[in-house]
Amino acid sequence: MSELTTVTYEEALQKYEPVFGIETHVELGTRTKMFCGCITTFGAEPNTHTCPVCLGLPGSLPVINERAIEYTIRIGLALNCSIASWCRFARKNYFYPDMPKNFQISQYDEPLCTDGYLDVAIGGKTVRVGIERVHMEEDTGKSLHVGGATGRIQGAEYSLVDYNRAGIPLIEIVTRPVPGTGFLAPEVARAYVTELRDVLRTLGVSDVRMEEGSLRCDVNTSISLAGSDVYGTRTETKNVNSLRSVERAVRSEVARQSEVLDSGNRVIQETRHFHEDTGVTTSGRSKEEAQDYRYFPEPDLVPVAPAADWVEQIRASLPELPSARRARLIDSWSLSELEFEALRNAGALDAVEATVAAGASPADARKWWLGELARRANDSGIDVSELPITPADVARVSALIAAGTLNDRLARQVIEGVLDGEGTPDEVVAARGLAVVSDDSALLTAIDEAIAANPDVAAKIRDGRVQAAGVLVGAVMKKTRGQADAAKVKDLILERLA
Amino acid sequence: MSDLIKKTAAELAAAIAAGEVSAAEVTQAHLDRIGAVDGEVKAFLHVAADDALAQARAVDRKRAAGDPLGALAGVPVAVKDLFATAGMPTTCGSKILEGWVPPYESTITQRLRKAGAVLIGKTNMDEFAMGSSTENSGFWTSRNPWDLSKVPGGSSGGSAAAVAAHEAPLALGTDTGGSIRQPAAVCGVVGTKPTYGGNSRYGVVAFASSLDTPGPFGRTVLDAALLHEVMSGHDPCDSTSIDAPVPPVVEAARHGDVAGLRIGIVSEFSGDGYQPGVMTRFTEAVEVLEALGAKVTEISCPHFKYALPAYYLIAPSEVSSNLARFDGMRYGLRVGGGSAEEVMAASREAGFGAEVKRRIMLGTYALSSGYYDAYYGKAQQVRTLIIRDFDNAFSQVDVLISPPTPTTAFNIGERADDPMAMYLADLCTIPSNLAGNAAISVPIGLAPEDGLPVGLQVMAPPLADERLYRVAAAVEAAFTERWGHPLLAEAKGLSGE
Repeated sequence: MSELTTVTYEEALQKYEPVFGIETHVELGTRTKMFCGCITTFGAEPNTHTCPVCLGLPGSLPVINERAIEYTIRIGLALNCSIASWCRFARKNYFYPDMPKNFQISQYDEPLCTDGYLDVAIGGKTVRVGIERVHMEEDTGKSLHVGGATGRIQGAEYSLVDYNRAGIPLIEIVTRPVPGTGFLAPEVARAYVTELRDVLRTLGVSDVRMEEGSLRCDVNTSISLAGSDVYGTRTETKNVNSLRSVERAVRSEVARQSEVLDSGNRVIQETRHFHEDTGVTTSGRSKEEAQDYRYFPEPDLVPVAPAADWVEQIRASLPELPSARRARLIDSWSLSELEFEALRNAGALDAVEATVAAGASPADARKWWLGELARRANDSGIDVSELPITPADVARVSALIAAGTLNDRLARQVIEGVLDGEGTPDEVVAARGLAVVSDDSALLTAIDEAIAANPDVAAKIRDGRVQAAGVLVGAVMKKTRGQADAAKVKDLILERLA
Repeated sequence: MSDLIKKTAAELAAAIAAGEVSAAEVTQAHLDRIGAVDGEVKAFLHVAADDALAQARAVDRKRAAGDPLGALAGVPVAVKDLFATAGMPTTCGSKILEGWVPPYESTITQRLRKAGAVLIGKTNMDEFAMGSSTENSGFWTSRNPWDLSKVPGGSSGGSAAAVAAHEAPLALGTDTGGSIRQPAAVCGVVGTKPTYGGNSRYGVVAFASSLDTPGPFGRTVLDAALLHEVMSGHDPCDSTSIDAPVPPVVEAARHGDVAGLRIGIVSEFSGDGYQPGVMTRFTEAVEVLEALGAKVTEISCPHFKYALPAYYLIAPSEVSSNLARFDGMRYGLRVGGGSAEEVMAASREAGFGAEVKRRIMLGTYALSSGYYDAYYGKAQQVRTLIIRDFDNAFSQVDVLISPPTPTTAFNIGERADDPMAMYLADLCTIPSNLAGNAAISVPIGLAPEDGLPVGLQVMAPPLADERLYRVAAAVEAAFTERWGHPLLAEAKGLSGE
């Protein structure tokens, strides 16, 4: 079967109804690993953050990281799940060199969190995505396959394994199938992962960096004939490692499956790999010859039984979640849904909120962060939050404009000065001498000079041709290097020549 | 033969503490003994002569400096080769780990070192503790010091033989289905399976995690208690270890007393398959206990007959997972080239012995999709029923007794090709592993027909380990008085005796 698809997504949607589901793996941001005391910092020299436990040396035993349990409960509560009063870890048995024990400690039929949901706002409406379960497991090591064309183990000359990642606490968040989103399915899938990422970031449980692999998605997709209430055979697309890829993976699988069905074949239940470069998926191993993981309760660990009052303490300590914040900000800043999404998509919510808190109006704060600052961040390829300017700086600039000390053009220069490390807005104003000239005597001198230099223009104004004043205003502004208030200059000229 | 090797651990510790003998002399005497007899007994896989002498001299320096000495200061201890010992090879009796030197130390051997014990070497065992004779060792078969043509039991056969042959006064073993009690019984020494979780499994290479229990061997009840106490207690590195006070086993061993004690005989553990001489000695022990004031009754534990089959589903299931890590990728034997999968398969094929492979296959099957409920799930239900049998029994009596194993030591080779016959050696010991409670084997004489040692098993509820020692000490005192000497004085198996 060709891996190239000729049916487009749009064509597929005329006939089929897509259903998707997403399994998200999230590395928790605990200081130490799931079952040992090794630190979890990303990017260390390979195999330096290891010990007998995470290397699975004979005789070593795991001990549960209580902070990881707490983080998982936090996630479960934020996703409206029930928290089990008693649950166990299980062993998932399979052989692979990056798994030190050749089994992964995971959870099987007794997950810590079950039956929740996450509301996803898209295009002004809300889609409720059901959460089937949130469970804990340990990450595997990381294989680097050297030689060979694909970077996969097949065809590689040799492989290197880094066990720094082995044993990092991993949470798997599994949605229920999401039907009924029609044409929007790929966007809803993306919006779900975006919302989930924001929730996790707000909870402070993970740095949720898809590019570093601390948030990874497997996307399940199926299609069925429009109107059918039986879901089609699903495929599981792995290696979906950016928000954009989530959307593209659903889109490309819907189109591919549609072509399979249209050509009279059946969709095979299988694992597929997503390719960032081409945007298509290719077949991995078939689930029909899937391994038997021989799950059984992990005998080296005791059951996890979080006390009800501990769970309630955690619930009480949850921060404001993105959906609540959204409602609050839309209301208090009088935003439209689209305006809010623009702010969120620009990653500027925190900055704007802090700028407002520092005294700026919501409109001014949004204007700066979505305008000048967004442009500067974009030019440098960084997030607005990473710019070397604080919300308090922006609020101060805004205040200087309101006080008439700066005009817009000068304000942009002040911002530029702050970004260039010249100091606070006030320091930049002072150092660059950027304050609006409001000293009347200095202005009058400049005006008198301009009148003297342009006697014919002055004559026209005296005759009542007021629009000719523009020439004199321009001359004065040039003289004052733009630091005068143009409206005021005009008033003074007219007064002088009245 | 030096007198030092005839002394008990309690006597040696006292003599060293009093300065009557140096730890180095004691260690040297035992090294000499190993040199003299281990060619026949073959109890040790690794003798750590230089290391042991260095440990002993460190004890002597501490004593000279007036520093406080630990409970076992200067006492040599032989260590089953399942305990990770930093700087000493740890093979688990398997070719797949030949030459592996762990970079870390088990909690229990750390505790022993802290108590001043001298780790004198690593003892032979059935591969990964699977077996009842040491014949499944990847290296060689150890021999019973009473009769070199007989097995020393297993899987901790090397440890039991080392203690019986006076190569060490104390030894560490592990007991998953009887691997301490059965070899103790057939070698005529004392061996205890403590309460599961009463000590730490950290650094003890896993056979079946939910059953494995490290425990002590000694020639006397008090010696076993001394080691039991030193090795016990909660360990934050083992979440299945119990955070509770260590039962006062040494105190109990010093005060053997069964007056008024309610003792139950497990009625299921007699009859067909039990060697007559074993039952003769058992009956005699019951008479002794009654004479000492115990109230002995019979108690039925109807589900114990399912213990062996349940054990042979649960233990292999855990084995199939626990032993998956031995794949030639990171440590141990590595065979062949080609893909990772090929290397894994070739290394496991070459490194594991037949019994280990048999159990991996059994366990893999028992856990597989579609069979889990019928095998592993059902076996866990049986386990619950066995716990209930014990609960019921212990609501009526303080301890239970039975033979530890149906026969005396069997001939080397006799059961090697018959796994079912081999499995029967653990018939009486397995229930305590499934229930996680405590049990001991203490010598009660020789079987008339073959002159080989017979033990008595005493079982107590979880965390009531001290009851074992109270009963065993009373039995030991009564029989020693009757014999006029310790049982081991009758062992004539070694040349030069």
